Amino acid sequence: MKTIVIGVIGADVHAVGNKIIEYTLINAGYNVVNIGVLSSQEDFINAAIETDANLILVSSLYGHGEIDCRGMREKCIESGIENILLYVGGNIVVGKQDFSHVKKIFLDMGFNRVFPPGTPIDNAMADIQEDLGE
Amino acid sequence: MGNYLLIDFGSTFTKLCAINTEAEDLLGTASDFTTVDSDISIGYHKALNKLFKEIGNTIEFDQVIACSSAAGGLKMAAIGLVEELTVEAAKRVCLGAGAKVDLILSHHINKSEVKKIIEKKIDIILLAGGADGGNTECVLFNAEILGKMGIKIPIIFAGNKSVQDEIQDVFTKYEMDGYICDNVMPKINVLYIDSARDKIRDIFLKKIIEAKGIKRIENEIDQVILPTPNAVLEAAKLLSEGYLNESGYGDLVVVDIGGATTDMYSICNSTRRSDVLIHGLEEPFAKRTVEGDLGMRYSAPGIIKSLTKQEVEYINMEKEVDIEKEVNLRFNNVKSLPQNVHDEFIDQFLAEMCAYRAMHRHCGRIEEVFTPMGVVYNQIGKDLTEIKYIIGTGGVVINSKKQTKILARTTNILHNKAELRPSRPNLMVDQSYIMASMGLLSQKEPLIALKILKKYIKKIR
Repeated sequence: MKTIVIGVIGADVHAVGNKIIEYTLINAGYNVVNIGVLSSQEDFINAAIETDANLILVSSLYGHGEIDCRGMREKCIESGIENILLYVGGNIVVGKQDFSHVKKIFLDMGFNRVFPPGTPIDNAMADIQEDLGE
Repeated sequence: MGNYLLIDFGSTFTKLCAINTEAEDLLGTASDFTTVDSDISIGYHKALNKLFKEIGNTIEFDQVIACSSAAGGLKMAAIGLVEELTVEAAKRVCLGAGAKVDLILSHHINKSEVKKIIEKKIDIILLAGGADGGNTECVLFNAEILGKMGIKIPIIFAGNKSVQDEIQDVFTKYEMDGYICDNVMPKINVLYIDSARDKIRDIFLKKIIEAKGIKRIENEIDQVILPTPNAVLEAAKLLSEGYLNESGYGDLVVVDIGGATTDMYSICNSTRRSDVLIHGLEEPFAKRTVEGDLGMRYSAPGIIKSLTKQEVEYINMEKEVDIEKEVNLRFNNVKSLPQNVHDEFIDQFLAEMCAYRAMHRHCGRIEEVFTPMGVVYNQIGKDLTEIKYIIGTGGVVINSKKQTKILARTTNILHNKAELRPSRPNLMVDQSYIMASMGLLSQKEPLIALKILKKYIKKIR
């Protein structure tokens, strides 16, 4: 069974979407490790190491995603999980910015996939299954 | 059941406590220096003679049980994967079992770290790593290197259950003294203490006692059943929770300031509030922390080491002492007792420092986080603000003329909002020095132990 670490990064307390993601991924047959809201980069990485996770799925809904996610890939490399998949999704920047521009920022940061605001988790499922080889 | 003799072989003192179960009362207490280096029975017999003198005549005991922290206590190494998770979980299990954690190792361990296990004369190793179903590679590597390096002391494996069989194979291959237990962290941030703790107690009972020189008086005592700190933890739990119809005191904290360490115990849930978010590894309901650098004699220099030069000078100026000289005097003569007002003054000051700093490390923290949805409270560690009782024990507290001042140092005297220290507790003292003994008795006669604890632990005079 593949393991996915999920949580909401930074000073962000949006708990509802987090629960929906957990529910959906469990139903799809994944081992889900939900570290919840107000989580730091280190919380995600530590949980991924202990659980031997294949994917870290970062949610951010309050617009500060860019600041909160900066340097996360570098920390994964330092922590010995350089090959882990990193996804990010939600309202990751403030306001209605051009998404192709936003996407590029996060891809440059080392995220493997970046999802625009309002993407239901079901729509992301195809990508997850493809990346995890199922 | 009649008369019980309860013994606590401490690092400095051997303390005896006689009780009668029909009267549900203490018959007497006595103590003398622990003589573990020569023959532990010498100090024991001296104390026993004092006890008989106090009682007035020689009595027969139906049961003699003991706890021990003599000869350095139970020394353990905690090995895990990530510092904040399985390493911390392993450490908490060791402390909860009454051990001293002399070595903490994380991730893949190396040969020089394994050598330290030998150099530090570790008694038991607790090997953890990986949530259940999680990382397996690291613990296997660590077990393998321990085996290759010829480690023969008891090793408890309490990591990812998925590799229990492979770990057992490593134990067999290298003829190691290995034991398999349930994972100390089966899921992220979930702590599971019981299985590994019981195994530690078990090994302590069967193997460690012998190594600590207590075997010599085995024919005079029935059983050594617990490491001393574990006995104190049991007493604290009993006094908090109550037993049958005898009610307990509710949430409480015990501060034990000794010669080598300052131990702090809290019996309560992480928080009573519903408006906080708890972060990090789950906290044990009965939590023990040990500060190896805070103590009145062996560890007195540690108190000063944590201060800056300016702080030391300020203390010297304000108190009109040479504090560095004073701590070194105590370190070089660990059996010294206060001879005059000046000695008492210094001991009082050091005890206050121990209490303050030990609580600083034991209690939780809270921070206000400003989010677009308003202020939320983020808590790490245990919230002790609503604690009802703080109980002081250990020679310096019991003999102090200003007990209130020592125990008050555990409360939030500096009004630091971020530290979740007790706010308005009742201050109590274990004036007859019976907590460890009653922890022992609680394993046989919990109701009587509770009644005696409630009778003899007193509000500060």
